[in-house]
Amino acid sequence: MMANEKYTYAPHTMSKDDFVTTRLDTLVNFFRKYGVNWCRKYSLWPLPFATACCGIEVMAVGASRYDIARFGAEAMRFSPRQADLLIVAGRVGIKMMPVLQRIYKQMTEPKWVISMGACASTGGVFDTYAVVQGVDQFMPVDVYVPGCPPRPETLIEGVMAIQRIVERDGIVSSTERGKGFRVVVEPTYTLTVPSRQEKVDEPVGVGK
Amino acid sequence: MSVEQVIDALRGRFADLDFSPQPLLVRPDGTATEQMWVRVPPERLVEVMTFLKENEEALFDQLVDVTAIDYLNFPGAEDRYGVIYSLLSLVHGHRLWVKCFVNDPDPEVPSVTGVWVGANWLEREVYDMFGIRFQGHPDLRRILTWEGFPAWPLRKDYPLRGQGEREQYEVVTRESA
Repeated sequence: MMANEKYTYAPHTMSKDDFVTTRLDTLVNFFRKYGVNWCRKYSLWPLPFATACCGIEVMAVGASRYDIARFGAEAMRFSPRQADLLIVAGRVGIKMMPVLQRIYKQMTEPKWVISMGACASTGGVFDTYAVVQGVDQFMPVDVYVPGCPPRPETLIEGVMAIQRIVERDGIVSSTERGKGFRVVVEPTYTLTVPSRQEKVDEPVGVGK
Repeated sequence: MSVEQVIDALRGRFADLDFSPQPLLVRPDGTATEQMWVRVPPERLVEVMTFLKENEEALFDQLVDVTAIDYLNFPGAEDRYGVIYSLLSLVHGHRLWVKCFVNDPDPEVPSVTGVWVGANWLEREVYDMFGIRFQGHPDLRRILTWEGFPAWPLRKDYPLRGQGEREQYEVVTRESA
């Protein structure tokens, strides 16, 4: 097997018979480009910021039926220092918004944000003085997950959208990512139609 | 012990007051509920409440709730605010509602924390939402919104969408975080 041919494959696709001879710095660059992103993509550590009924769906996603461990994101962390994916699930009140902002600031780079459900994204039906009308007014959001509350499949699709961002963006900090990708996911049960799948995949590259 | 006996006892003790007991609800067919409410002037509130708690026929040992109503533009209303005390006797199993009407400016009723200690947070909530002060309350601070919140949110003249409180935050960007 020629060494140069292997560069197009991720390292995990090598069988036990394959071997590679290369320069060490080339190998390091290879792993930084493909390996680290691949590892990071399948080891997202979410912080479930669950304030309402969307939190129930987050729990369902974590439980055995939907099982977010299949996507490597089952390590729910309740400390922002240990998490890199903030899932804002539920309505955010006027007293909770500074808390949410502080939690976002406390998370270490790189970090991603999912705004889950109608309330976190727009305020939902709670158009009152006490509810913030969309957390994206005051903090960055990478992926919006629609629904009231979203089905667990939809949240999983949101996590997969984050995974696609991670795969393409890798370990650059969120500052370098600018304002985020503004990705809106669609429910996964429509993905059997090929054209719909392209539609879901399409916006991920837009911000780049 | 029924509520009628309690109201009779109240009238016997406070002959000078007009309690004007009324049913909480009159059904469409004209029948009324057995649950009654009485009105008490604010200046005699603590006296009446102490009687209601300690009298043998009343024995309202539990204060279930303290809430309030803003009667602004309410048809037939004479006063602006009504503070409502919901009482329950665990001994006799009967209930009574006491209403206390106050007006602008500076609506104020005496605190019943000396009678039921549990009134503390309930009165703080009424103060927070309606701006009705409770005279003699040991710790009258806002309980749901923060100190310095500029309005009384459950008053009828406060707009539902607020006065911009939900928009006054610093914007955290990726660069500033």
